[in-house]
Amino acid sequence: MSALARAVIAGVYEHPTRWAPDKTQFQLCAEAARGALADAGLTLADVDGFCTAGVGPIGIMTLAEHLDLTPRFHDGTNIGGSSFVAHVLHAAAAIAAGLAETVLIVYASTASSDRYAVGTGGLTLGDAPDQFEAPYGPTVLNSYALVAQRHMHEYGTRAEQLAEIAVTMRRHAGLNPHAKYRDPITVDDVLASRVVSSPLHLLDCCLISDGAGAIVVTAAERARDLARPPVRLLGGSEGLCHTAMGERDLLAMAAAQSGPRALAMAGVTHADVDLCMLYDSFTITVLLTLENLGFCARGEGGAFVQGGRLGLGGTLPTNTDGGGLSSNHPGMRGIFLVIEAVRQLRADCGPRQVADCEVALCHGTGGMLGLRHSGVTLVLGR
Amino acid sequence: MTKYAKPLPRIDEESKGYWEACRRHELVVQRCAACGRLRHYPRALCPACLSERVEWQRCSGRGAVYTFTVTYQNQAAGFRDALPYVLAYVELEEGVRLLTNIVDCAPDAVRIGMPVEVVFEDATPDVTLPKFKPADDRP
Repeated sequence: MSALARAVIAGVYEHPTRWAPDKTQFQLCAEAARGALADAGLTLADVDGFCTAGVGPIGIMTLAEHLDLTPRFHDGTNIGGSSFVAHVLHAAAAIAAGLAETVLIVYASTASSDRYAVGTGGLTLGDAPDQFEAPYGPTVLNSYALVAQRHMHEYGTRAEQLAEIAVTMRRHAGLNPHAKYRDPITVDDVLASRVVSSPLHLLDCCLISDGAGAIVVTAAERARDLARPPVRLLGGSEGLCHTAMGERDLLAMAAAQSGPRALAMAGVTHADVDLCMLYDSFTITVLLTLENLGFCARGEGGAFVQGGRLGLGGTLPTNTDGGGLSSNHPGMRGIFLVIEAVRQLRADCGPRQVADCEVALCHGTGGMLGLRHSGVTLVLGR
Repeated sequence: MTKYAKPLPRIDEESKGYWEACRRHELVVQRCAACGRLRHYPRALCPACLSERVEWQRCSGRGAVYTFTVTYQNQAAGFRDALPYVLAYVELEEGVRLLTNIVDCAPDAVRIGMPVEVVFEDATPDVTLPKFKPADDRP
């Protein structure tokens, strides 16, 4: 058993809002924190560790001030949308090391009501490589499209196969009363939607919403008398892919680094995984993540996602909340992967419940797939 | 003359050799003079061996499209008025890949594996951008 076992997830909360023009980012953070602490049966006074991202380079201090927290452990790691999955790992490591007992992880964004073009607003991060990239018009979206095109070329992957992922997520969203888009769609609907960056259609892309979420990680001993049965951290790891001196294999993801390490630490195999929560910024992200995590061989993702395998009732239910493709995506969605996994492991999911859900795998992808991206895998158990 | 609206490179000490070559309409990549490894983008120290002995290798300017996407939506200044455009990785004959645009070609005609050759776009008096067009002498 890894040292991660000294910590557990004691509380989670997903803000139901998808559109909050009347609220600030920090108010949504506070509401999410309140929800997760209530779920855990804890209070802000119990919090001695704090993690967030997406609030500006050193904004973690300002958000701590907003909540009047003076934590003895903080982590503002920002590796894109996967940040909050990493925060769970970092929180557990801090708790195992005695640096904190109860860590609050919080995220909120008003991307939608701010009319922020998350995926198609152009990319100028101020980093050194910008000068070799920004003049040519990279966006978040087209960095993923570059990878999709290459996958189609190497393996004959078809637009219909990517579309089936979007159709499945939408079917799941229909069972989630808070999901932003709930009306069923078909493969033909996806293929008929406009191409935004070839080969990706509009419905291959995640939506943009407002939203917030929070997670409470606490010491396993502390959790024994709390409100809800704790969710165990079985294993986890991180990875990174970049342009690699100009020789990057574009179909290799950080998931190929973090996934095997996380599964080995957890002592489980792919066959043990009852639920996958995979960052679905775009349909290609899901397909390629499945390959890189080893659920299928490289190049076989297209066939793997067909035939309802990822749907409820399939052999590998994935993104049962509807994912970023249909439920919510405020810009950095990783926190919601963990929140839905916890809800499933607690059997809280009503009509979208995965039967006998004992092991859940979360994988967050952050950044620009075809340029540089992070990956964080977390294996959870009840 | 209208102002160039797209982002321009912020040239720095590590990259100026590359951009100076582009102004001369020469495409170069760095080679580590200690271990021989090629690298793009340029940087002062070789990540493979941490040597700072740098050679600039002039490239043939020929390569092939490794992957591409025809971008139909980008709200950023300079691009929103230039849609659609083709973003691509080109694999140079020398082996490294660089992010670029495919120009002088109908977007729908671009294919992976297509032979391309460098074309230099003088964006401003100070900055020249290497882009790629279909090779004239296709085999």
